[in-house]
Amino acid sequence: MAVKIDDKMIEYVGILAKLSLSPEEKEGAKEDMSRMLEYIDMLNGLDTSGVEPMSHVFDIRNVFREDEVVNGDASEEMLCNAPQQKEKQYQVPRTVE
Amino acid sequence: MELLELTALELGKEIQKKNVSVREAVEASLAQIHKKEPDIHAFVTIEEEKALRAADRVQKQIEDGTLTGPLAGVPAAVKDNICTEGMKTTCSSRILSNFVPPYSAEAVKRLQAAGAVILGKTNMDEFAMGSTTETSWYGPTKNPWNVKHVPGGSSGGSCAAVAAEETFFALGSDTGGSIRQPSSFCGVTGIKPTYGTVSRYGLIAYGSSLDQIGPIAKDTADCAALLEVLASYDKKDSTSVLRKDYDFTAALTGEVKGMKIGIPSDYLGEGLDEGVKKAVLAGAEALKAQGAEVEFFDLGMVEYAIPAYYVIASAEASSNLSRFDGVKYGYRTSDYEDLHEMYKKSRSEGFGTEVKRRIMLGSFVLSSGYYDAYYLKALRTKALIKKAFDRAFETYDIILGPAAPSIAPVLGESLSDPMKMYLGDIYTVSVNLAGLPGISVPCGIDEKGLPVGMQLIADCFREKKLFRAAYAYEKARGPWKLPCGGKEEK
Repeated sequence: MAVKIDDKMIEYVGILAKLSLSPEEKEGAKEDMSRMLEYIDMLNGLDTSGVEPMSHVFDIRNVFREDEVVNGDASEEMLCNAPQQKEKQYQVPRTVE
Repeated sequence: MELLELTALELGKEIQKKNVSVREAVEASLAQIHKKEPDIHAFVTIEEEKALRAADRVQKQIEDGTLTGPLAGVPAAVKDNICTEGMKTTCSSRILSNFVPPYSAEAVKRLQAAGAVILGKTNMDEFAMGSTTETSWYGPTKNPWNVKHVPGGSSGGSCAAVAAEETFFALGSDTGGSIRQPSSFCGVTGIKPTYGTVSRYGLIAYGSSLDQIGPIAKDTADCAALLEVLASYDKKDSTSVLRKDYDFTAALTGEVKGMKIGIPSDYLGEGLDEGVKKAVLAGAEALKAQGAEVEFFDLGMVEYAIPAYYVIASAEASSNLSRFDGVKYGYRTSDYEDLHEMYKKSRSEGFGTEVKRRIMLGSFVLSSGYYDAYYLKALRTKALIKKAFDRAFETYDIILGPAAPSIAPVLGESLSDPMKMYLGDIYTVSVNLAGLPGISVPCGIDEKGLPVGMQLIADCFREKKLFRAAYAYEKARGPWKLPCGGKEEK
């Protein structure tokens, strides 16, 4: 079931991954992904019919707890890491006109 | 007494007996760091002043009787994907090159509460994606046994720092072998605990269902003592497990009589270096001589572990790393028109090649139309891998094999062929997929003068069996010499 990774697919994956790739990077990614998927296709040789997908190795379910505030206000420390800030808020490019 | 040659526990004892002050220990480590770093480059950040201040604080607490634990005052290093409050945490990535966490990981807090003194942060493959520590934005770490070789990865900085005696132990993280493989390549001892044993709170996520923090040290006793400190039930990590027994050091009896050890024949086939095979089988013989019952068996599913792992890990990575967008922290591109361009350019300039490769693969296998064929298929495969291990542990206490199919490769050899690098994870990734504990213990030196690690794997929550077998093996093997030695050159 080899999937063909063509230019269109790389464009699409780039959108999903929120990456803008240079033409050279796109060529490289095409080759890398094709090789990797070809290798992963080995899994098709394995009969998994009737096997449930296992997302977690232990039988644990959703873990709920009360949302209690246990830490103090660290907004200043948080904002210290912001690439740009203004009036104690994260600053981003205009998103609405 | 050569201070730097001591294990963490030995040093802790000397400190409690007042033969060594905490400051002396920290100064000795810092001096060794200054001496070794130009060649090894195990650290991304070194925090001298903070370490010395912490040393004096810990000394006081030891003297007033607040700190009595076996690791109080012992210098430590922390992998740079584990958050340290007020201390840069970069994941060896450009995108986090200026990130200073406002909080510490639970594992770090527990170390500090036990009196360990953090010297700095260690180099790694960017976001723990790689097996050589060469994908670091800060350049590669070199193997202390031979600087032409890689230290392995992704916890290469942590393992190299322990091997070069720049620190007495280090924290690493293991998603597909990132503690065990570099431990093998650097001749140190490292354990990946059962999933859920050490809190992941503050560990910058790569593959959340696989990631575990673990200790890297000079021997098994240190690892057991460290795991006692690190392991906890933590409400802040929803996959944290409350265990019944945290008394890991009680397993250090040296007794393996009657222990059943299985060696998977399918671990010894094509692709395994002769030198590694010889050393690992000699390790098995040594355990047999101590009274363990050792036999070969077929584990099965071995060839499916790597493809399943790369699908699952990449899928989780693509989701986890979507948080790096240049808004709240990290690198932001300097030139952009709108929000989307800012996201895309910040990410594209901030992430390295291997990280982008895995984010793209992960985005693809999760995308509509391919999700069932790739992602769910990999999760079904994971279920069968787990079953194969369950079957094996019905018969055996321990599974024994190599940690990696080769010794440490030469720098530059692996990056040109990522597929080849991925195949080097064959003995480690299945352990993460099945949530099992695994330890790598040095078991020999191959003809090129580089160390070989023997991997022991146990069933979930059976770390004590690992420690028991590893400790007994060490006793049989005899003392293990690290390459540089702490001795002053005369």
